[in-house]
Amino acid sequence: MTGWNREEIAARAALDIPDGAYVNLGIGQPERVADLMPAGREIILHSENGILGMGASPAPGETDMELINAGKKPVTLVPGGAFFHHADSFAMIRGGHIDVCILGAFEVTCSGDIANWSSGGNAAPAVGGAMDLVAGAREVRVIMSHQTASGRPKLVEALTLPATGLGVVKRIYTELAVLDPARGGFRLVELAPGVDLPMLERATGASILAG
Amino acid sequence: MIDKRFRRALDALHDVPDGATILVSGFGEAGNPTELIHALIEQGARDLTVVNNNAGNGEIGLALLLKEQRVRKIVCSFPRGSHSHVFDELYRAGRIELELVPQGTLAERIRAAGAGIPAFYTPTGVGTEIARGKETRSFGGRDYLLETALSADFALIKAERADRWGNLLYNKAARNFAPVMAAAAKVTIVQARHVLEPGDLDPETIVTPSIFVDRIVHVPDPVRESDHLAALDKARPA
Repeated sequence: MTGWNREEIAARAALDIPDGAYVNLGIGQPERVADLMPAGREIILHSENGILGMGASPAPGETDMELINAGKKPVTLVPGGAFFHHADSFAMIRGGHIDVCILGAFEVTCSGDIANWSSGGNAAPAVGGAMDLVAGAREVRVIMSHQTASGRPKLVEALTLPATGLGVVKRIYTELAVLDPARGGFRLVELAPGVDLPMLERATGASILAG
Repeated sequence: MIDKRFRRALDALHDVPDGATILVSGFGEAGNPTELIHALIEQGARDLTVVNNNAGNGEIGLALLLKEQRVRKIVCSFPRGSHSHVFDELYRAGRIELELVPQGTLAERIRAAGAGIPAFYTPTGVGTEIARGKETRSFGGRDYLLETALSADFALIKAERADRWGNLLYNKAARNFAPVMAAAAKVTIVQARHVLEPGDLDPETIVTPSIFVDRIVHVPDPVRESDHLAALDKARPA
């Protein structure tokens, strides 16, 4: 087995969240982080649709479709959780109250630019809360696959797709590595098991800088 | 005596004209006023502008309103869904106009309308295509975009409990856009699972005060979109 599977990537991202943090989880891969919270820490998950204290996925048969996450999948509420309306939810986001947000992405550059709302084709664009999150969260992290289905790098020098935000991404988790956008390239934080540097360099559209 | 109750949803929607702008609560399936939308379909108004976070799922509620070609323009943040094929087909065919608005900007534009604020500056969307054509101004060394309030003729929202004056409580994450939408429309119409008498709701817990609500329809057992989507999947050829 080479690299991390989806669950391992989400667990790796969860491991970096400090005790006491307020953390927003975006749609897609980041949703899994809620199921993989590290033990022994009180971390409060925020969901843009009006939840603080979002918990893990419910047990089968206990789903409530009026308690869902940003990806519209059923979740739970932890003791101490709260509900609020959308304007309050985005006051938390835009007002700088969210410590960390974890988003999915189509492309991220070594300057920290991110594209995740428009694939540029004739499919309808969908921005959701992503532009508010990159403008307001104190730290933006990304969980993404390292390449597209057709093998094109998604970690690149310059965006080819419309930007969601510029210079905002601080850390990226993929199936191959943990990387930080750094001037001129991506700084290697950690390689996944079975992945070596040449393999990572081949899959990446910008330089890899040694940690 | 104040009594905002209507026996039938169709009666509560009798005066929606063609060309109206309508705020519709809900995020995913949580908080969708599906029965009110179905009454709007029956009522017949067309050429509508609809504001919702999404663009309908399956062939129920908002998606059905779109399918019936009653909607000229949709204002939303995220038209992509697990079953958003009705919107997708209309969009690709150029038969519906889309105004894509970042979700927090959408909420704040609606909130501003209800609060008498005509416009505001936000950091959201600076440096992106969303900023195109919008005034940019710098405060404290950071750039912000000018966004305008988004008001409407009608708001259709779903609540868990209402009293006959229109005080409202919601259920969990089904609250989402409803409280801001209730304040931003000339006429706010609520479907509520339970309708009670004034005094039955704890005043310390009321989320939407009655001043923002005009009409109430009792819908004790609203349809579940997830059941509809499951049936749709089952009917679809494998």
